[in-house]
Amino acid sequence: MPSMNMIQALNSALDVMLERDPDVLIFGEDVGYFGGVFRVTDKLQQKHGLHRCFDAPISEGGIVSTAIGMGAEGLRPVVEIQFADYILPAYDQLVSEAARLRYRSGGDFTAPITVRSPYGGGIYGGQTHSQSPEAIFAHITGLKTVIPATPYDAKGLLISAIECNDPVIFLEPKRIYNGPFDGHHDRPLKSWKEHPQADVPEGHYIVPLGKSRVVREGSDVTVLAYGTMVYVAEAAISETSIDAELIDLRSIVPLDIDAIVTSVKKTGRCVIVHEASKFGGFGGELTALIEERCFYYLEAPTQRVAGWDTPYPHAFEWDYFPKPSRIVDALEKAIRV
Amino acid sequence: MPSIKSRQNTGLHIPDPICRPGDEPDFSGLIIPEAGSVPRPNFDAEEQTLRSLPYGLIRTLDDKGEAKGDWQPNASLESLIIALKTMLLNRAFDAAMFAAQRQGKTSFFMKTSGEEALGAVPSLALRKDDMCFPTYRMVGWLLARGYPIIDLINQIYNNAEDPLKGRQLPILYSAREYGFYSLSGNVGSRIGHGVGWAMAKAYRGLDSLAMAVIGEGTTAEGDYHEALTFASVYKAPVILCVTNNQWAISTFSGIAGAEETTFAAQALGYGIPGLRVDGNDTLAVWSVLEWAAKRARAGLGATLIEFFTYRAEGHSTSDDPTKYRPKDEPTIWPLGDPVNRLKQYLTNQSAWDEKRHQEAISQAKLKVKKAAKAAEDIGILGTSKSDIEEMFKHVFEEPDWRIKEQVKEVGI
Ligand SMILES: Cc1ncc(C[n+]2csc(CCOP(=O)(O)OP(=O)(O)O)c2C)c(N)n1
Repeated sequence: MPSMNMIQALNSALDVMLERDPDVLIFGEDVGYFGGVFRVTDKLQQKHGLHRCFDAPISEGGIVSTAIGMGAEGLRPVVEIQFADYILPAYDQLVSEAARLRYRSGGDFTAPITVRSPYGGGIYGGQTHSQSPEAIFAHITGLKTVIPATPYDAKGLLISAIECNDPVIFLEPKRIYNGPFDGHHDRPLKSWKEHPQADVPEGHYIVPLGKSRVVREGSDVTVLAYGTMVYVAEAAISETSIDAELIDLRSIVPLDIDAIVTSVKKTGRCVIVHEASKFGGFGGELTALIEERCFYYLEAPTQRVAGWDTPYPHAFEWDYFPKPSRIVDALEKAIRV
Repeated sequence: MPSIKSRQNTGLHIPDPICRPGDEPDFSGLIIPEAGSVPRPNFDAEEQTLRSLPYGLIRTLDDKGEAKGDWQPNASLESLIIALKTMLLNRAFDAAMFAAQRQGKTSFFMKTSGEEALGAVPSLALRKDDMCFPTYRMVGWLLARGYPIIDLINQIYNNAEDPLKGRQLPILYSAREYGFYSLSGNVGSRIGHGVGWAMAKAYRGLDSLAMAVIGEGTTAEGDYHEALTFASVYKAPVILCVTNNQWAISTFSGIAGAEETTFAAQALGYGIPGLRVDGNDTLAVWSVLEWAAKRARAGLGATLIEFFTYRAEGHSTSDDPTKYRPKDEPTIWPLGDPVNRLKQYLTNQSAWDEKRHQEAISQAKLKVKKAAKAAEDIGILGTSKSDIEEMFKHVFEEPDWRIKEQVKEVGI
């Protein structure tokens, strides 16, 4: 099987879907001739034609609202928002329109759109190229929110998202586009080459939405993570002697509640890790679900490791980005009780 | 299900530029009127009488560097020399900071190349109590007003003396005292602030104004159209400017609507004057700003100005423009280079010569070099930064318990 980095895997998913389904089309800022600022749509216009993968005006609201209209008509648009930080001008369209079109029309109209967007920190992108906005989508019923952490999953989940008849927010952890990043910014960069999850089949396959992945089995404590934090958590676990079970959630809506509950009931302890700031973050929802469903199995309070409650500060990249040592501390706290 | 082939003959129009890498660059489709051919109406002319202006192109300097027609600014030769020196300083600054990024001293930088007049000239043509809501290509505004170069570089290096304390991406300055509103990485979102600022001045009965600038690509954002609506409805004393430099990263202006009309002509729908001006012509730029400012200060409301120019280099340190446009396109831009054109004019006026020009270039380089050295002595990105407490400051006026707890957790 070919080894692909995450960009190549996403490109392959789009290529496969353009080939298979004439109703699929791609648009977004700089995605056409240039192939996107992160190259995810590289050569797709050249291969599939100007009409299948084209540049959009700089208007995130316009991109999403026209995608909804196309979706309502029956097309299956896949749009790119250049950075997740820039999705906010489209937020009203996503919340008031995409998320509710099916509900309010009783299924008369639907919005089978996919909104792809690179998100997350660790790239010295400052306040407006580093944010993790997943919680503001998770809070909206009617939207699905998917976050892959490996090239294999990126392709399979993106195909599932495109084939899904509901609107899907597809957040791509840009820090791991080119290689897994374990949070140790002072160590040499790793690439996806040699990584087992970088073996990506050429053709069509899916990874179903709402099925998490056990990255590492363990019995002492459950660690829930997604995106880049899967690797940071993995590194942190390996730096302790704690036998942690690491789960990559893959999608936060739909959420694999059964896997979470089964694991936490087994370990009795949980640490949640995300890049987004803590207060009102998705970790709060996970904590509440665990409390509701696993209360009598819990041996310790659930720990959250998250970004600080400040905007993302450029010079303080590595003070803000949740580092392995913070996860180690949380693991130790979780098993101490 | 129709076959993919049949879909390729769709009736959907997708704008596509006539030249891409490998093609001969071609601007033969541009209509460039003679310098001086567009008459200057009175500043208080009725909007109905101005409706042809958005389709013309106001030009003052001709190919020989002579000033033609009646769009001549009320600017002394001395102040035009200051404009020229500012543009040269801007160029030296850009060259040094671009190189610094390449050497790993910072993470990111954006040049102004080809658009230098559009930072320096408004800064000089407008008053000290006016406020600019700039784009990231307007460092010339600050340079023209004597903002310390070292502070710009400290910000770019995010070192311990960074006036923004490491919280902001390089070049996203903020300098209220210099009439320069806080920049942000998301494009377009401050243009309405310019309108609101101008409304506040009118509310207070003051005659100072706001100038708010946006790139042509960004005119697609809703913010721009909202700003135009408010500016028109409340006759806000604001000058709204579109810098049409032909490119938005890899996307040509046709994707922002330039195939169908001009950006200046968008003013027509809002009932405000729209001026389209050669953005590489310092005299014309200065003159239209004077006209629009006079109108605004007289309570006659907003003007939309399209500066027609060309982004002569890459979008930022993150892209390679030869990947999406012909390599030679910048060199054949028919409206020339703002520095050369002003130099030619001033030389014709016997106010400038080659020797003074070379001296000004050397002085500009030296100034930047000294400032860069001093900034580097303080430190560069990764070797020096503000105290970590700064990360938690200014979230609110007073930190709440979350911030206080997290400050402790970091171990300050
Ligand atoms: C809201 C938002 N969307 C997208 C971006 C990404 N982006 C940064 S600059 C840019 C192009 C802007 O082009 P234009 O307005 O023409 O200004 P220019 O860079 O040419 O001066 C884009 C798309 C952004 N910064 N903010």
